[in-house]
Amino acid sequence: MYKNMFIIVLLAGLGILLGSFLLTHHANKALPELPAYYADKTASEVGAANVVTAVIVTYRGFDTLGEVTILFVAASLIAMFLKTSKAPKDRHPRPSSVILSTAQKLLFPLIVLFGVYVFTNGHLTPGGGFQGGAVIATGFLLLLMANPQAEFKHGLLNFIESISGTSYVIIGILGAILGLGFLDNRFMSLGELGTLFSAGAIPVIYSLIGLKVGAELSNILHHLNEVQNEA
Amino acid sequence: MEYLTLQNIGLVTGFLLILIGLYGALTQKNILRIIVAFTIFDAGLNLVIVALSYIKGRVAPIIDQTTGITNLSEKFVDPVPQALVLTSIVIGVGVTGVMLTFALRMFKTRQSLDINDFKETKW
Repeated sequence: MYKNMFIIVLLAGLGILLGSFLLTHHANKALPELPAYYADKTASEVGAANVVTAVIVTYRGFDTLGEVTILFVAASLIAMFLKTSKAPKDRHPRPSSVILSTAQKLLFPLIVLFGVYVFTNGHLTPGGGFQGGAVIATGFLLLLMANPQAEFKHGLLNFIESISGTSYVIIGILGAILGLGFLDNRFMSLGELGTLFSAGAIPVIYSLIGLKVGAELSNILHHLNEVQNEA
Repeated sequence: MEYLTLQNIGLVTGFLLILIGLYGALTQKNILRIIVAFTIFDAGLNLVIVALSYIKGRVAPIIDQTTGITNLSEKFVDPVPQALVLTSIVIGVGVTGVMLTFALRMFKTRQSLDINDFKETKW
């Protein structure tokens, strides 16, 4: 009883705090200095139409490298904790419905294609490597839902993941050698603003991130599914 | 009507999601429900950060024919919080995955997902 009282008092206090913030805060009328610099200089310096992508991949590219590392560590942790014994599976789940399995056959290639579109056009449209990778992983989730016994080639997924991660770092170092700094995108031609082959190394980096994130998330889904098969 | 702006709607929704998530994390006994409460909290926090970067009458920071390429800092909303939220979402996915894995391991050892069955770390 006292515990519930405590929780209610805590939440009410936080609610009052947030409410007073809501009533007193003033909306921004103009951009602060740094975002204004990003907005004005992206077209000439980076050549990407999507300013958010320019911030993520080039201006704050080091953050993104750390982010990819965190995702990699999470995927490795999950793989370590869910290491399954390769015992023969005696579980035979009910086959999925005709609707699900037919829709999966039809939709899976389209979903993967859409994911590839999202990450190759990350510098032009809303989207990018992380979003495209997540879309690809939903395709694999549909595959697992339609056929829970499906086997992925772990070796292939790990190979894609490590190759794209290594290439990402190599491209970053190439930027330091040929361009102006680590992860600089200007060692490749900037091209014409708004076309697919523009913004220097950004489309390459974002495609690598997309492949890496897609492989990692699919691996996580498959690990979680394998444990379910075992139990 | 002065307070009914797009930014305030986003902020209020985000604050409500934060409170709901915190309430769920503090009161629920099932570990899976606690994890769901954490993801709700996460979503609310991201919504608040994006809503704070909104500026009335401006467009998303993507260059196209309608924005042109001059005076962009007077036409765009703040791109930096959006980039930060992308990072936050990805890390949220990683943390949720690890939490679910721990929940699976805990279920394997005790055959239970009730938080009251795990007293070792209680103080």
